[in-house]
Amino acid sequence: MTTKNDVIVSLKDIFVQFDGEVILNHIDLDIKDKEFLTILGPSGCGKTTTLRIIGGFLEPEQGTVTFEGKKINGLPPYKRNVNTVFQKYSLFPHLNVFDNIAFGMKIKKVPKDEIKRRVKEMLAIVDLKGYEKRSVSKLSGGQQQRVAIARALVCDPKVLLLDEPLGALDLKLRKNMQWELKQIQQKTNTAFVYVTHDQEEALTMSDTVVVMNNGVIEQIGTPTDVYNEPVNAFVADFIGDANIINGTMLDDCRVRILGEELECVDKGFGQNMPIDVVIRPEDIEVVKPEEAVLKGEVTEVVFKGVHYEITVMCKGCEWIIHSTEGAKVGDKIGMKIIPFNIQIMNKMFLAEKNTFYADVVSADKEANTITVHVEDSEFEIEGQYFEPETKLAITLPPSALSIAGDGVGHLDDVYIESVIFKGEHNEIILESDKQKWLMQSDVDEQVATYVPLKFDFTKAEFRVMEGENET
Amino acid sequence: MKKISKIYTALIIFFMYMPIVTLIIFSFNNGKTTVWKGFTLKWYTDLFRDSQIISSLWNTLIIALLASFIATALGTMAAIGINNFKGKKRILIQNASNVEILSPDIVTGVALMLMFTMLGVAFHFKMGFLTVLLAHITFCTPYVVLNVLPRIRHMDYSVYEAALDLGCNQWQAFRKVVIHELMPGMFSGFLMSFTFSMDDFVITYFTRGASFQTLSIQIYTMTHQRISPKINALSALMFVVVLALMIVVNLKDRKSEKQQAQRV
Repeated sequence: MTTKNDVIVSLKDIFVQFDGEVILNHIDLDIKDKEFLTILGPSGCGKTTTLRIIGGFLEPEQGTVTFEGKKINGLPPYKRNVNTVFQKYSLFPHLNVFDNIAFGMKIKKVPKDEIKRRVKEMLAIVDLKGYEKRSVSKLSGGQQQRVAIARALVCDPKVLLLDEPLGALDLKLRKNMQWELKQIQQKTNTAFVYVTHDQEEALTMSDTVVVMNNGVIEQIGTPTDVYNEPVNAFVADFIGDANIINGTMLDDCRVRILGEELECVDKGFGQNMPIDVVIRPEDIEVVKPEEAVLKGEVTEVVFKGVHYEITVMCKGCEWIIHSTEGAKVGDKIGMKIIPFNIQIMNKMFLAEKNTFYADVVSADKEANTITVHVEDSEFEIEGQYFEPETKLAITLPPSALSIAGDGVGHLDDVYIESVIFKGEHNEIILESDKQKWLMQSDVDEQVATYVPLKFDFTKAEFRVMEGENET
Repeated sequence: MKKISKIYTALIIFFMYMPIVTLIIFSFNNGKTTVWKGFTLKWYTDLFRDSQIISSLWNTLIIALLASFIATALGTMAAIGINNFKGKKRILIQNASNVEILSPDIVTGVALMLMFTMLGVAFHFKMGFLTVLLAHITFCTPYVVLNVLPRIRHMDYSVYEAALDLGCNQWQAFRKVVIHELMPGMFSGFLMSFTFSMDDFVITYFTRGASFQTLSIQIYTMTHQRISPKINALSALMFVVVLALMIVVNLKDRKSEKQQAQRV
């Protein structure tokens, strides 16, 4: 039975965790017949785990995997009509090219004549005619890659899974292989599920792009969709260059950024809602200052071959413009943006401040300090006094948070979920055991790492909770 | 400086091989003492006419072959099992398997003898071929584990997954792919077992019972009476065989190293 829309593989509510760390957080994904689908995301986002679940190498803790409408949870890899091209190719070093490709068919006891014929066909498809007798260890990286693809495709799978297959190749070879992969996919009419962290690769090859971060799917769409209409700042930042700025949606089609009111085409965000605005560098037109609402001064011009990359300071915010015409450093310019090119996105972190709850463990009236318990840590706060056993709600602005350079923070092992440059400074979203945090920083932090988080309590507001519930 | 290092190396080789060279020379001596009385091959012909020595030689070879085969199979399985354990458990089990290597032969020998006599009384059997074989398997297996474990650890696990992906069940994947990756480790484990088994005197001595003879036991009992130059001939032959084995292994190692280098 084929389900509607020719969906071959369907993941429903997939949840995976290792040692208490959530890898996939209830994701849903449909893979359609004959499509080239790319799962794109930074390392550690769960993309390879998703692939392993489809391949049958990993069982999800929760959720169902269906193949052509049938549930295949618990089915071992060798019983699935799905084949994988591994990151390191994983060819069998003791076999030559022919025997590597014939391996799967020999296991399935395909007649010898047919094996010969199909290997030959496959070698023609991957452009390795006459390589049958070669030892795989003597092939170049690109050739090994093609043998690995042939070995998987010759089994005639409904879906081919590819785990960053071009990662080990140099740039030029990678570009060639991207084109060849697309050709192979069209020739064989097989659905490809391609995992990569390279956004350019994803945009050039795919029919559908799935953007993942921190165990969740942020957006699914065509390459044009995810580029032109990213759903949030993470997607906008991850795919292509982008100017991402904090803004306020005043009303339908009216947005305020950097104190200026602009017209846009988005509706339905409500009134006076804080939102993120993304404007692609090539969508900004350089005009005379009096012709545009947003004005700025050129601080840097770099020639990139196809275009100039112009950096403009506008009301304390850094903007990037791609233009075919150059400018001079120090020029005063206007930045003209047509309403269609102003993309409005919901904020990833709704609150503008961080609020968390603390129990006062002990207090010292003379020294005017308290010791509080937050999540699993205890620390001292100076300049405050509350009775022991008071429940406190503490509110901190994003600027009061920092990452402890000396390694000693108030909360340890806080996960960096995203780092997005917002013109003035980086906006960093962090995740501790119990909640998410918003931080401002001028330092670039590494996404998907664990860091000690430090608070500056001089900027904090304290509120005593009386009989209120924490939530 | 170069000269000194050359002389130094020469001296070391001289001291290492002097005793063996002496033995080989005297295996051709036409006399029973350490005085040279002319060249002869008669000790070699005598050796092959001595049915006792020949039967001991067969026993030794059969024990060594069987023990190293079985130890290779057991040790490989054990190594795979150990590798699948995680953290402290793995370290514990791995060390437990190494204890056998570290403990003195005499302790192992006496312990095995005690166990075999106890079991022999309970199940009515006497020590002999089987007990020696079991004892040899016991002390050979840890060497195989020691050789195979690093191969498993350095093996690209996705090669096994690739085999599963292409339709192999776990056993087929092991037989058709994994075993080829482990082969060099299994081979050196086998060779080590073989030489240690051939070589063993102490453990065999305690587990052989009344009548079972191996070469090392034979030679030892012969020295009780009068040293026959036949022993020199036999030892010389054994040395040459072992030397040949070593050369074969080294050549094979170099070949596989070359292949490895090409693969990278």
